[in-house]
Amino acid sequence: MSHGTTHQHDVIIIGGGGAGLRASIAIAQENPSFSVACVSKVYPMRSHTVTAEGGAAASIKPNDTLEDHIYDTISGADWLADQDAVEYFVNQAPAEMIQLEHWGCPWSREPDGSVAVRPFGGMKIERTWFAADKTGFHMLHSLFQTTLKYDNIVRYDEHFATRLLIDDDGRCRGCAAIELQTGRVKAILGKSVIICTGGAGRVFPFTTNGAIKTGDGMAMAYRAGVALKDMEFIQYHPTGLPGTGILITEASRGEGGILINKDGYRYLQDYDLGQPLDVSDPGHPQKRAMELGPRDKLSQCFIKERWAGRTIETRDGHVVHLDLRHLGEAKIDKRIPFVRELARSYAGIDPVHQPIPVRPVVHYVMGGIDVDSNSATTIPGLYAAGECACVSINGANRLGSNSLTELLVFGAQAGKHAARFAMDHPDYNVAALETQAEDEGARVRRAFFDAPRKGGERIVTLRTELHEAMENGAGIYRDAESLEAACATVADLRERYRKLNIDDRTHSFNTELTAALELGSLIDCAEAMAHSGLQRTESRGSHQRLDHKERNDEEFLAHSLAFHQADGSAPQIEYKPVTITRWPPGARTYGAGSGLKRE
Amino acid sequence: MADKDTMTLEVFRYHPETDSEPRFQSYEVPYNEDWVVLDAINWVKDHVDGSLTHRWSCRMGVCGSCGMMVNGEPKLTCAAFLKDYYPFPIKVEPLVNFAVERDLVVAMDGFMEKLQDVKPYIIRDDVNDTSDGEYRQSPAELAQYKQYSMCINCMLCYAACPVAGHEDDFLGPAALALGHRYNKDSRDQGQAERLDVMLAGEAIWGCTFVGECTVVCPKHVDPAGAIQQAKAMAAQEYFKGFVMPKGTGVAKGAAK
Repeated sequence: MSHGTTHQHDVIIIGGGGAGLRASIAIAQENPSFSVACVSKVYPMRSHTVTAEGGAAASIKPNDTLEDHIYDTISGADWLADQDAVEYFVNQAPAEMIQLEHWGCPWSREPDGSVAVRPFGGMKIERTWFAADKTGFHMLHSLFQTTLKYDNIVRYDEHFATRLLIDDDGRCRGCAAIELQTGRVKAILGKSVIICTGGAGRVFPFTTNGAIKTGDGMAMAYRAGVALKDMEFIQYHPTGLPGTGILITEASRGEGGILINKDGYRYLQDYDLGQPLDVSDPGHPQKRAMELGPRDKLSQCFIKERWAGRTIETRDGHVVHLDLRHLGEAKIDKRIPFVRELARSYAGIDPVHQPIPVRPVVHYVMGGIDVDSNSATTIPGLYAAGECACVSINGANRLGSNSLTELLVFGAQAGKHAARFAMDHPDYNVAALETQAEDEGARVRRAFFDAPRKGGERIVTLRTELHEAMENGAGIYRDAESLEAACATVADLRERYRKLNIDDRTHSFNTELTAALELGSLIDCAEAMAHSGLQRTESRGSHQRLDHKERNDEEFLAHSLAFHQADGSAPQIEYKPVTITRWPPGARTYGAGSGLKRE
Repeated sequence: MADKDTMTLEVFRYHPETDSEPRFQSYEVPYNEDWVVLDAINWVKDHVDGSLTHRWSCRMGVCGSCGMMVNGEPKLTCAAFLKDYYPFPIKVEPLVNFAVERDLVVAMDGFMEKLQDVKPYIIRDDVNDTSDGEYRQSPAELAQYKQYSMCINCMLCYAACPVAGHEDDFLGPAALALGHRYNKDSRDQGQAERLDVMLAGEAIWGCTFVGECTVVCPKHVDPAGAIQQAKAMAAQEYFKGFVMPKGTGVAKGAAK
């Protein structure tokens, strides 16, 4: 990797998805004299926000209250969310969503021209804004197109950031990034940095996540000394297509779709999620009940049905059926047309006439880079927002339609705080940072280009073993034995990764090199997930231990913090308390009448 | 079908550091009836030749990364199934009408500039505060522009367009449809500014209405229709220009 050029801006944003673009606009708008760099390994409109389907939550309708949205989020999180952060999030959500409406997002509408909302899992009241079932796509494109208005947003498209640059005084002042077209390593410097690089679903083999979701930003922060928080909490979405893992949105259940086992029975009623109403009943679908229960519980129910022998065996593994037929063609085409398109193309069935085969699929990482309620990390000048960050509003289980809103609320907030930091701390040592970037180029060259071609292993070999280890060891149900095995395999893979062999040792657009770097990120994230999971000897939300089946607030009403060890040994796991303000931990109940009780 | 059934991929290769001109390379890939062309390319990259270079991400037809020429037709390779070509060889090339960076990766700079040129964002004189709530937009008003907002920027329409390849000043189907999308949005008042760009030189007039852009669009956007409508709007403004002082000829929001 030859050393490239040095580029200076005021704030550096790594990642060009929903959070990164929202942060870019926040800074560009409030600080017209600032230069904002948006560094992304893809063109921004390719970012994974684009695939989000069902919607984004914000309480604006007269039948809804902020208080209900807060309670749904906290109880959905199994009380692991920080309540000050949740309050901030819910309070800011309506203004952020309206802002996006003002920027042109084509939200679906009511006949009176107001924004339409739909019900979603774990939410007591319908509050999910949607743009048919391509909400993330429309949000991302609306944000991206809005950034084109600002001359002071400078894009570094297809630049792969590999290292944070930390000044002598300990402040984060930029990143080293490989320009894909040339292979040059650039020093992209600024007075503060925000990481918005998304999640790490690609740690697992069966995921809704696109190829780019490899946890690069999480890994970069982890290596720089920031803890990864609550990484044991991995969300399985209950309805993915078998084989491909393509997501069938929760909106299909919000619109009235039902889940049935091999006997045609709505099995969720056997698992404390309430009693079903007939699909023709005006009360169907019931909020916070049955098919509109939270994702962690629905995915766990699938496994229990499978253990009971009531799932359907297919070529691509066991499935249950998501039945939308009673909705009728007109409603399906109007409200969830993408579901029909995806089911036809990738499952070969038309949901108007046949039920859709589905199974749980890795969808979202609740954990991430440890940030405080101002989106700041423990490194001065370094911020994070979006799926890569853990504030935490999602705790042990995120509610569907909170993550898109999170991108906006915390993208904007991180932008505001990073801009303030840049104003307060304008001076940094360019030469020292350039040297770090040069060192980084040399490190990459040594690791991947100077290695002997013989004896090393292929990327796919290591990645496949990582996938198997994590699926077997850290899936929906785990125990000490399975997690210890995952930890051991990850440690072994970390060793073997040092001798990775890549075919391609040229400079321009070397996507084998980027795949190798991504594999390194995946191993780091997997390490934090497996070790944090092993240490948490309780069951909470998405983290279900077969050897510790109960929630244990006495010991574990706390965030795990995984600290990377430079010598490659197992991460150190520490804990810090959850912020509880007005909602003391209680029983997490779903079914008719569940939710916030009022006097 | 036999277990070891295979198919042949004929893949366009070009490396700017080592090749003076492009070549084709053949790979035998396993035949799996569930696989799309992208799966076969990924299999080659993982198992046979790590230097094969392409873009991809979502593999569900919405990120727009994986457009390529498949047997001469512009396709999203995540939506082109092997079974539709089996048992014959599949020829995979980069999208035509773009410069090739390497193998199946084309240069996107020009396309990105054209997107920016059409000012694809809401332009208003009076910007409401968020505390005033959302702008009202009826379902019928939404329907006026909705289909033009479905473009995923996959650039298949540029590969299909006979003009885009040789007329640099032509904005092209996706960018023009995007400009039209904002012109038709009841919340927008920027039509005059946008038409200034769209009217210049060959920007829109380059289109000879072949309509292939609409045929190849994987998201059922109708860029050809957008271009025809925009031409009509432009022509109206052009004639209004003779009777009104410059800058007042375009209705702001009202004449949508």
